[in-house]
Amino acid sequence: MRFWQVLILVVIIAAWHFASQNVNFAFFFGKPSDVVQVIWAWFITDGSIYRHLWITLSETVLAFVIGTISGLAFGLWLGLSRGASMLFDPYIKALNSMPRVILAPIFGMWFGLGIWSKVALAVTLVFFIVFFNVYQGVREVSATLLDNARMLGANRKQLLRHVYIPSATSWVFSSLHTSVGLAFVGAVVGEYLGSAAGVGYLILQAEGTLDVNTVFAGIIVLTIFALILDGIVGLVEKRLLVWKPSAGETEKI
Amino acid sequence: MPDAALLLDKITCTFKSTQGGQSYTAVKEAHVAIAPGEFVSVVGPTGCGKSTLLNVGAGLLSPSSGQVKVFGQVLDGINERAGYMFQGEALLPWRSALDNVTAGLEFAHVPKADAAAQGKVWLKRVGLGGFENRYPHQMSGGMRKRAMLAQTLIRNPDIILMDEPFSALDIQTRQLMENEVLDLWMAQRKAVLFITHDLDEAIAMSDRVVVLSAGPATHPIGDFVIDIPRPRDVAEVRTNARFIELHAAIWDVLREEVLKGYAQQKRA
Repeated sequence: MRFWQVLILVVIIAAWHFASQNVNFAFFFGKPSDVVQVIWAWFITDGSIYRHLWITLSETVLAFVIGTISGLAFGLWLGLSRGASMLFDPYIKALNSMPRVILAPIFGMWFGLGIWSKVALAVTLVFFIVFFNVYQGVREVSATLLDNARMLGANRKQLLRHVYIPSATSWVFSSLHTSVGLAFVGAVVGEYLGSAAGVGYLILQAEGTLDVNTVFAGIIVLTIFALILDGIVGLVEKRLLVWKPSAGETEKI
Repeated sequence: MPDAALLLDKITCTFKSTQGGQSYTAVKEAHVAIAPGEFVSVVGPTGCGKSTLLNVGAGLLSPSSGQVKVFGQVLDGINERAGYMFQGEALLPWRSALDNVTAGLEFAHVPKADAAAQGKVWLKRVGLGGFENRYPHQMSGGMRKRAMLAQTLIRNPDIILMDEPFSALDIQTRQLMENEVLDLWMAQRKAVLFITHDLDEAIAMSDRVVVLSAGPATHPIGDFVIDIPRPRDVAEVRTNARFIELHAAIWDVLREEVLKGYAQQKRA
C-alpha cells in the first residue's frame, strides 16, 4: 500500500514538473523544482523561515491551549447548570453560526498586528468545538455512573472531579484533532489577513509579488506542520486514553 | 422490636409526565421493612417499579409521599449507610479495577496506601486478585460485576441494595456469583434488599420474598418467609422440597401480576 501511496505522489509531481515546462502554466502553478528551492533556502541556506514558523506555531499552541481550557470550563459550567444553559442558549447558537473569520479585522483593531489578534481569532474557532463537545459530554454522562458515585459517598466537588471532568475530557479528546487543525487554520488566516510575521504573512507577501512558487512552498510547509501537530495529538491521545476501548481491540494478557 | 434497618413507609412515587399529559404513579402506598441482617428479595413483573422503590431506599429519589427510615431515622438525601449495586454498568471506565473498588474510600478521604491495601483484599475476595490494573473494558461482564460488588462492599455498608445485579450474566456465572454473595453475606449479615425478576434466585437467596403487583401503582401483595435452612447452595436448593412448595405458593400470587403486566405492556 505504501508503494502505491508514494507512487501517486510521484506521478502528481512528475505531471506538475512536465506541465510547468510551459511558461504560462508555470506562472500560475509554479514549478516543483523552484518550490523545492524556496523551501531549501528557507530551511537551510538562509534559515529565514524559523522565525515565521515559530510565530505561527506559538499562535497555534496558545490558541489551542486557551481555547481548550476555556471551552472545557464553559462547557462544564453550562452543562451542569440548567439555568445558565437555558439563558445563554440563543447567544451560543448565534455565536456558533456566525462565520467567525470575519472577526479578524476587529481582533486586529483590539489586539494590534502582533500574535494576539491571531490567537484571538483561532481561539474563537477552537473554543466552540471544545465547548460543544464538553457540553454534550457533560449532559450525557451516564446516570448510573453518577448515581453510583453518589452512593459511594461522592460530594458535588468529587462528582465534578471524578465523574464529570474525566467524562468530559474523553469528549475533548475526540475533538482534539479537529481543534488542533482549526487552531492552525485560525493562526494562518489571521496572519494572512494582516500581520508582520508568520507563515501566513510569507504567503501574503509572495502573493503580492505574484511569486507562485513561494506560495506553494508556504502551503507545503503548512501542510507538513499540520500533519506533525496531528501526529503529536495522536500520540498524546494514545497515552491519556488507555482506558478507552478501541474498536476491535482484543485482550492483551 | 428493634428499628428496621430500612423501612419504606407508605411510599408513593408519582412522576410528572414530560409531555404535559397525565402523571404516572409508579409506586403507591408501598410498605416494606427490612430487619438488620435480613435478606429480603423483591420480585415483580417487569416494569412494575421495583427499581423506583430501590432508588427511594437509596435516597436517590425522594418519594411523593411517605417516608424512608434508616435504623429509625428519617432519611433525607442520600442514604449513607447503604451500598447500592446497580443493574447496569456502574464502574468508572477511566479507572482501573483497583481504583474503582477504592473509589468509595477515596471519596471518604481514606489515606491512599490504606485504601489500596483494602482494595486488594477485596479484589481477592471477589476473585479478581491480579486484575488490579485492568480497565473495565478489559474485563468480562462477570468480572465487572465482581468489581462492582467489591466497590459496594468495601465501604462496609449496613444496608445493601441490589438491583437485578446478575440479570446480565449467563446462568453459570450467575449461580457462582449468587453463592459468593451469599457467602459474603453470611460472614457479615447486613440487611439486604435484593431486586430481581427471577423467582428462583429470590427464593434461593432470601430470608423473605416480597411480591409486588403489576404497575402502575405498584404495591406489595405478598410476603413469604423462606424457611429453608442456611447455608444454601443456590443450585442445589432448587431441588429442596420446601423450595418447590414455596415456589408454587409465590408463583401463584406472582403469575397473575406477570400476566397483567404483560398485557399492559402489549397495549402500550
